[in-house]
Amino acid sequence: MAGYSYLRPRKSVTLTALLGFLVVYSLLPLAWMFFSITKTQSELLSSFGLWFSGPFALVDNLQQVITHDDGIFVRWFLNTIVYVVVGAGGATLLATAAGYGLAKYRFRGRGAVFATILGAIAVPGTALAVPTFLLFSQVGLTNTMWAIILPSLVSPFGLYLMWVFSAEAVPTEILEAARVDGSGEWRTFFTISLRLLAPGIVTVALFAIVATWNNYFLPLIMLNDPDLYPLTLGLYQWLADASGIGAQPVFNLVITGSFLTIVPIVIAFLLLQRYWQSGLSAGGVKA
Amino acid sequence: MSPFLVVFALMIVTPLAYSMYLSLFRNQLMGGTTFAGFANYVTALTDPKLWDGAGRVGLFLVVQVPIMLLLALVAALAIDSGRLHGRSFFRVALFLPYAVPGVVAVLMWGYMYDDRLGLTATVNDLVGFALLDPYTKRWILTAIGNIVTWEFVGYNMLILYSALKTVPHEVYEAAAIDGAGQFRIVRSIKLPAVRGALVIATIFSILGSFQLFNEPNILKEIQPALISSYYTPNIYAYNLTFAGNQVSYAATVAIVMGLVTAVIAYVVQLRGTRREA
Repeated sequence: MAGYSYLRPRKSVTLTALLGFLVVYSLLPLAWMFFSITKTQSELLSSFGLWFSGPFALVDNLQQVITHDDGIFVRWFLNTIVYVVVGAGGATLLATAAGYGLAKYRFRGRGAVFATILGAIAVPGTALAVPTFLLFSQVGLTNTMWAIILPSLVSPFGLYLMWVFSAEAVPTEILEAARVDGSGEWRTFFTISLRLLAPGIVTVALFAIVATWNNYFLPLIMLNDPDLYPLTLGLYQWLADASGIGAQPVFNLVITGSFLTIVPIVIAFLLLQRYWQSGLSAGGVKA
Repeated sequence: MSPFLVVFALMIVTPLAYSMYLSLFRNQLMGGTTFAGFANYVTALTDPKLWDGAGRVGLFLVVQVPIMLLLALVAALAIDSGRLHGRSFFRVALFLPYAVPGVVAVLMWGYMYDDRLGLTATVNDLVGFALLDPYTKRWILTAIGNIVTWEFVGYNMLILYSALKTVPHEVYEAAAIDGAGQFRIVRSIKLPAVRGALVIATIFSILGSFQLFNEPNILKEIQPALISSYYTPNIYAYNLTFAGNQVSYAATVAIVMGLVTAVIAYVVQLRGTRREA
């Protein structure tokens, strides 16, 4: 190919169209949801899924979701926020401190710690959940908020990301220079390292937030008081109500509630994309 | 550092040790809990329900994971090639499903599969016969596979794409000067560059397949007749604990499946890294 430049290749309509199919697939359920939240219960059951139909019922649906069962949905929303802020926030703090420590300080048993943590990434979360439940029930922690928060605090994958990221983003020479200049370790961490680590921290935080926001299995086994449910478990409850035998069908509640559940997390992803994309590529997932 | 280790020990090491301890006992309605040695393990190895579920997730793994990773690889290569119109749109749009909670994903697809609420009736009317029939014994596993693929294709794409971005531009320039075409560059530079990331993505997908729980367990609310109480090993362990009160045996099932998973993941890693060397 004469005059071909790799850095500025020609755009290909065929390739764009081909990948377009994949995007349509990715967005199809979200489009279906978008149209469905504007429909009444009866229109939901009788109209074509990918277009508007009947009276515009979005406002009414939203109102029903928020007021159903004395506003339990709002309660679930606030619970989720608590789980995310304390659980995911704590997980990010711990992973950052530990990953940075492992990457920048040498100490005895460092290799063993690394091997154990890599092994822990491979332990299925669901395999831990049942014994954790049994342990918690012995100390009376089940059916409390702590039952969700405590297990969320550990993120071996987050620690791994922070480790690799710290090793690359914070040059050891800078730390040594700071030490020579008489800066204490804490001061160095807060004034120098923290800034360099920011994209990595945002990435870890975002993944921890998604994991906590979307958690379903842990609340399912730990909680039986609906007042403590996060959104996911609440929606599951409504789904069960909508499809059980002799149930009151609340399809419009389930669908509109689902929509409200994904809106905040999708917005967070879109707003922070610059960070998580650079955080991941700057060292995140290298074998 | 040390706070992490404390929480880590409490939340991961302790439950693991505890479940190993539990697996050595037997729960009986009469007579309480007695020490049983490895009897639970003997039972598990010959338990048709457990192996029914294990076979199902094994089949799922062999079919769904390659399809998903192939789609992810094609997408990552296409986005990295720079030949797409609007490539940042593609990247974000494909990744978006990852942010959707599993419960909501299953809910949307579960309703879309439905004759009345969803799209299958529309498609079937269009072609004139029952082309799509997800809620049958025959197709339900495929229907679950579709949901899982939808959730994780973008995530895997991003992992592979990040690996592609670590290749320095000079390498491509040198290849172009040497007269290498698009496909040659993909084969000789890009595929070797993503091998490590592909091994990681494969291992995560294997772990995910063996843990399969959320999707079938939620679909069960919509289609109770199609998902049994031992549909996957995890559903089996869950039902043993909470419906059957057989905590010790549930712990044994979890450990056996954990070991099977670890062995398979280890083999994949060995093979993946050996070829690299």
